[in-house]
Amino acid sequence: MEFLAAGFVYLVAAVVAVPLANRLGLGSVLGYLIAGVVIGPVLGIVGHETVELQHFAEFGVVMMLFLVGLELQPAMLWRMRTQLLGLGGLQVVGTTVAIAAVSLAFGLAWQAALALGMILALSSTAIVLQTLNEKGWMQTIGGKSAFSVLLTQDIAVIPMLALMPLLAVGTGHDDAHGAEGHGHAAPTAFDALPDWAQALAILAIIAAIILAGRTVMRPVFRFIAEARLREIFTAAALMLVIGIALAMNYVGLSPALGTFLAGVVLSDSEYRHELESDIEPFKGLLLGLFFITVGAGVDFGLLFSNPIGLVGLAVGLMALKAALLYGLATAFGLGGADRWLFTLGLAQAGEFAFVLFGFTLVAGVLPAELVSTMTLVVALSMLLTPLLFILHEKVLAPRSVASADREPDEIDEAGTVVVAGIGRVGQIITRLLVTNGYKVTVLDHDPETIENLSKIGFRAYYGDATRPDLLHSAGLETAKLFVAALDDREKQTELVRHVAHSYPNVTIHARAIDRHHVYDLENAGAHIAARETFEGALSMGRDALVALGNHPFRAETARRTFRAHDHRQLDALRETWNTEGVSASYIDAMRAHSQTLFDLMKEDRLDSFDRSERGWTPPPKGDASL
Amino acid sequence: MKPLVYIAHPRLDRSEISGPLFDVAGQTEGVTCVDLYGEYPTFEIDVAREQRRLVDHDAIVFLHPIYWYSAPAIVREWQDLVLEHGFAYGKHGHALDGKVTLNAVSCGALESSYRPEGGNGAYLRDLLAPFEKTADLCGMRYLAPFAIYGAGRAVEEARRGDHVAAWRGLLTALRDDRLDIPAARAARTLNDIAASHAAAPETA
Repeated sequence: MEFLAAGFVYLVAAVVAVPLANRLGLGSVLGYLIAGVVIGPVLGIVGHETVELQHFAEFGVVMMLFLVGLELQPAMLWRMRTQLLGLGGLQVVGTTVAIAAVSLAFGLAWQAALALGMILALSSTAIVLQTLNEKGWMQTIGGKSAFSVLLTQDIAVIPMLALMPLLAVGTGHDDAHGAEGHGHAAPTAFDALPDWAQALAILAIIAAIILAGRTVMRPVFRFIAEARLREIFTAAALMLVIGIALAMNYVGLSPALGTFLAGVVLSDSEYRHELESDIEPFKGLLLGLFFITVGAGVDFGLLFSNPIGLVGLAVGLMALKAALLYGLATAFGLGGADRWLFTLGLAQAGEFAFVLFGFTLVAGVLPAELVSTMTLVVALSMLLTPLLFILHEKVLAPRSVASADREPDEIDEAGTVVVAGIGRVGQIITRLLVTNGYKVTVLDHDPETIENLSKIGFRAYYGDATRPDLLHSAGLETAKLFVAALDDREKQTELVRHVAHSYPNVTIHARAIDRHHVYDLENAGAHIAARETFEGALSMGRDALVALGNHPFRAETARRTFRAHDHRQLDALRETWNTEGVSASYIDAMRAHSQTLFDLMKEDRLDSFDRSERGWTPPPKGDASL
Repeated sequence: MKPLVYIAHPRLDRSEISGPLFDVAGQTEGVTCVDLYGEYPTFEIDVAREQRRLVDHDAIVFLHPIYWYSAPAIVREWQDLVLEHGFAYGKHGHALDGKVTLNAVSCGALESSYRPEGGNGAYLRDLLAPFEKTADLCGMRYLAPFAIYGAGRAVEEARRGDHVAAWRGLLTALRDDRLDIPAARAARTLNDIAASHAAAPETA
């Protein structure tokens, strides 16, 4: 019960604090931190056990890097190489050097100074990306540049994790402490191997991850997907991540590195979105827990012993980072509001600092007192970030609009259209759109279809399109158009209802099974609902008229008249159907309409001159105007 | 007068003259604009709606490039379907009586070609005789065409700006009843008359 009670405390803290923080524009990371502060130092509900919990929660970081990897298709990385290496690389290296220099001046050993520099060079991906998305700044030049720097930082975490142990000062630091806290430091059978065999084993495991990702995983996922058991797919995704983490632990490498690699390898796969949706909630909760434990571990005694000094350190750190960012922004040609967004947005230290501080403690790179001080400084800098965003939005951005000479935003067509269901209907729509140069993201729950489509170059992903999280990761919030083409009547209506409700800006076109389904879909929020068989059947009807000896153009006009009449009937009966369903008056109205159509066609057959059948009819005989 | 501008251009996306002129018409207060290919991509023209439009307006302008000494196909389809007996002509067809109509066109060839001694062997207005005769039969007052010649090089030769200003002047003059209708009916083209009304964009 103790486990449940503790869990309950954390959950209550998170559920109360995170939405509140979000409402106040502080972002979820700060919400978790504040929740931790409240249940830890302030109320004293949780105590020292948080340290152990933190080691468990660090697994959220491993999952986060897996997800970061999933987002990084090799092709995209290659396209962004100048931004990543130039802007991002210079930011990481420059800030590391600057902070290390300052730390040296404060009297730190060079190893500690370098470690501190690397750790504080990172910004908060969680806070910044969330804010950029929320405010709609992601597509501005400033937002895009900030994103590429964050991406570089996320990747830079991997070598940093690898470097930390090498920076250990080795002054008889308590090794036992590390062994109990972190699995990867524990002695294993692996340690008994000779060096060359160890190196070989490491290479073998990395090669295995890449090879397995390229060859084995697809059929495995497909096999699981065909079972149509969602929780087993989730289990498989978790198994993959945990398995890789264990393997990396075994050879003494960073689990985060392994899962990141696996993520990159799988980023081309059609199961990417499904994996993302499955891991995302675990990552979110574990990271949240991690931030809570950081908050709970905040040393209030320390803060109140020297509040001005600590705030001063935080402000100094941000000023130093901002100065470098401003210089970089200028060098890379960012102007006006974009330069300020980039400068102020990335000036804080990030959540990775907490993770890396943990590693430095274990490896004995940084002394414990410094770590608790800097943890406070990092948290303070994160707390100040929302204020800087507000400063940017309200003061700096409006002012620099006039002077901004930025180029027009690139139109990012990625995922302009999302098609759910790629059966008989969705396939034709998708092909027409793709051949006209539109980028279409396709979702379907049939693994075989999806794999065949990916083979011929479609951006197709496996998954149940009625799952909200999958729609989200398919990029529906930036899509212009959503095509719902499921063949299941009820699911289709539910899907349209959900999308119309959650994404009010996207236009929805829906496939309807029949005319009543048209009304259902319209009521659910579809902008256009089209009966799947209607146009095809009309063409066949026209061909039948031709086969019966009618002139092709006459048959075509009959088709058009019929079609127009049917649409009028659909409009006319909508109200009745919406209020009464298939009632007696609905049936009467339907009959009346059919009679009208019959009369219309008959009149034309008798060649009478009548307005209801117009077009290419000669003037009445005997009315010569000239 | 209430002007109604029909544009007929099957590839508006790469139009250099008709498209910009249509945009200007759309920005002019009191002018109704209809994109025929846009509204009827399958040529299924809604006759009742078009006849209502004609009744509601007094000046009917067809804005189009010259294709084979005439207009793009949808204008002909529109004529065949909308100008019905009993509506536009015939004993009881007087819905269009007295309305003003004209063609605003862009020609590939130079003006020198549209002369009796030129390559096309006739003035533009004379080549557009089917439109004029149709207007006559429907009881409408046909005005001389408003034209830009050598349209393919108008942008490069910086002639589009003047043409746009003249077009804007023509539309506002029609709207405000400032156009000299008898002179516009008698002219060979409307170009000089329109240029005398040339106007900058109205500030709404």
